[in-house]
Amino acid sequence: MRTSPALRRLVPAIAVGALVLAACGSDDTSDDASSSSDAPTDTAAAADGDGDCAATIEDGVLTIATGEPAFYPWVIDDAPETGEGFEAAVAFAVAAEMGYDADSVTWVRTTFDEAIQPGAKNFDLNLQQYSITPERAENIDFSLPYYTSNQAIVGLEGSAAEGATTIADLQDVKFGAQAGTTSLAFITDVIQPTQEPFVYDDNVGAKAALEGNQIDAAVFDLPTALFVSGVEIEGSSVIGQFPADAGGTTDQFGFVLEKGSALTGCVDAAITTLTDNGELDAITQEWLTDFTGVPVITAD
Amino acid sequence: MTSAQPTRREIYERGRRRRSITIATVSTVLVVGALVILIPRTPGWEKVQQAFFDGDVFVDTLPTLVDAFWVDVKILVWSTPPILVVALLVALARNTRSPALFPLRAFAVVYTDVLRGIPVILLVYLIGFGVPALGLSRTWANPLIWGTVTLVLSYSAYVAEVIRAGIDGVHESQRAGARSLGMSNHQTMQTVILPQAFRRIVPPMMNSFVSLQKDVALVSLIGPVEILRQAGIEKSKYDNFTPYVAASLIFLAMTIPCTRLADWALARQRAKTGATAIS
Repeated sequence: MRTSPALRRLVPAIAVGALVLAACGSDDTSDDASSSSDAPTDTAAAADGDGDCAATIEDGVLTIATGEPAFYPWVIDDAPETGEGFEAAVAFAVAAEMGYDADSVTWVRTTFDEAIQPGAKNFDLNLQQYSITPERAENIDFSLPYYTSNQAIVGLEGSAAEGATTIADLQDVKFGAQAGTTSLAFITDVIQPTQEPFVYDDNVGAKAALEGNQIDAAVFDLPTALFVSGVEIEGSSVIGQFPADAGGTTDQFGFVLEKGSALTGCVDAAITTLTDNGELDAITQEWLTDFTGVPVITAD
Repeated sequence: MTSAQPTRREIYERGRRRRSITIATVSTVLVVGALVILIPRTPGWEKVQQAFFDGDVFVDTLPTLVDAFWVDVKILVWSTPPILVVALLVALARNTRSPALFPLRAFAVVYTDVLRGIPVILLVYLIGFGVPALGLSRTWANPLIWGTVTLVLSYSAYVAEVIRAGIDGVHESQRAGARSLGMSNHQTMQTVILPQAFRRIVPPMMNSFVSLQKDVALVSLIGPVEILRQAGIEKSKYDNFTPYVAASLIFLAMTIPCTRLADWALARQRAKTGATAIS
């Protein structure tokens, strides 16, 4: 006669389940409708072509974002306003090219991840060594690259990686790197060591692990590697770099902008100009160390 | 002597039950229906759907996440017994009564105060990077060891307090009764107090255990790639938050059965000991 108490208690739950299922079904249709209605706006944005240098979030002011904190040698003393450091200098040079003098530039801070999520941005440009990747480009706009970096490995004296000249020499090395970086992808995809690499939130973790004898070597982009070995960790050195022509993976750093931003074309034009007139090279010479002395590690 | 005819009371009660089921169903349907209809109408829904509920990314990343989850399970399995042992010792130390053992009690107080007071995430960094920096061999510098040590220190402090509360919750007359029967302090604790205390602390212990299941992920901060880290890596790779959703589901697949199991064990015990449940 009576349904079991357990079954009766489930009635609301079953009702909810049915509703959710129904909603999932109906979702698809609403999804199709909205995506097709979205398409024209996308093309409209793209049709803007060369971009509009005045289309900033605040009239007459260019808002540039970087990391919190911003690291050497990209920004000196975590003070991008001074224009000291490679990325700070590049940002001001690009701003000037776009028609914003130093007084019309405002700096804000964002985390690395938050800036590359879809959605509205509180900055016009963001630079904190964002590698240009097609996956990221689905959610945000990238400018042309302002810097191309090789990957490099840092180890302490006596490291298992010492003396490596080819990637094959690095098979049994315990590596560490920052999560979500090209450096980590380089370890897992190119070096493919036998031991699983350790992964850290930031480069500071990788440095601590090197000093704590938890890893043999850490992978950074080359400018960071030189700074880490030269200034931060006593007794460490850059064991080698992996240039693209030797089978390495290079990182191209670009400015991040909101998807479909009208500024993208303008930033690209500025970077092209700076590359052509040699100013970008001059900034690189001024703020980034000379890499020619670092040994090269080849793919085979 | 049950009669074939339901009594008036039974009819009344059945009516009330039906009524409350109907109300519960209608209100749930209304609330969930409103959510299901309203959320997709928000302007950002389509983007959220792309960023958090991408089916392809889900299917691609689920296997690697499940693999990485074994690291969490392993850490959980080998950190739970030491947590229980240390917590019990600390709780017992705090419950000693002899004046000569004051330093032991003081130590127990400091242990729980300090280790419970520091956020686990900070302890993981401090111990996980700090101790190996002393110059340990590669084997002993392993972050899995120091991550486990951190979890044991932090959670044993929490659990010690839970056990202590359980011990204090047993009525003093139990101790008095046992002592008057000629049991030693030790016997009293072991055969009278602790069995009663443990029954009471199962729910809060399960609470701590579920909390530990999630905090295991903090070990990833010092190197090992477990599910949280793997999800972060996949998130960066696909630039999509779906791996986080997948990881959450994997966590739920472990935590929900655990809590249900504990609820069931508790209900069974309550039935056995004859205590009445009032619903």
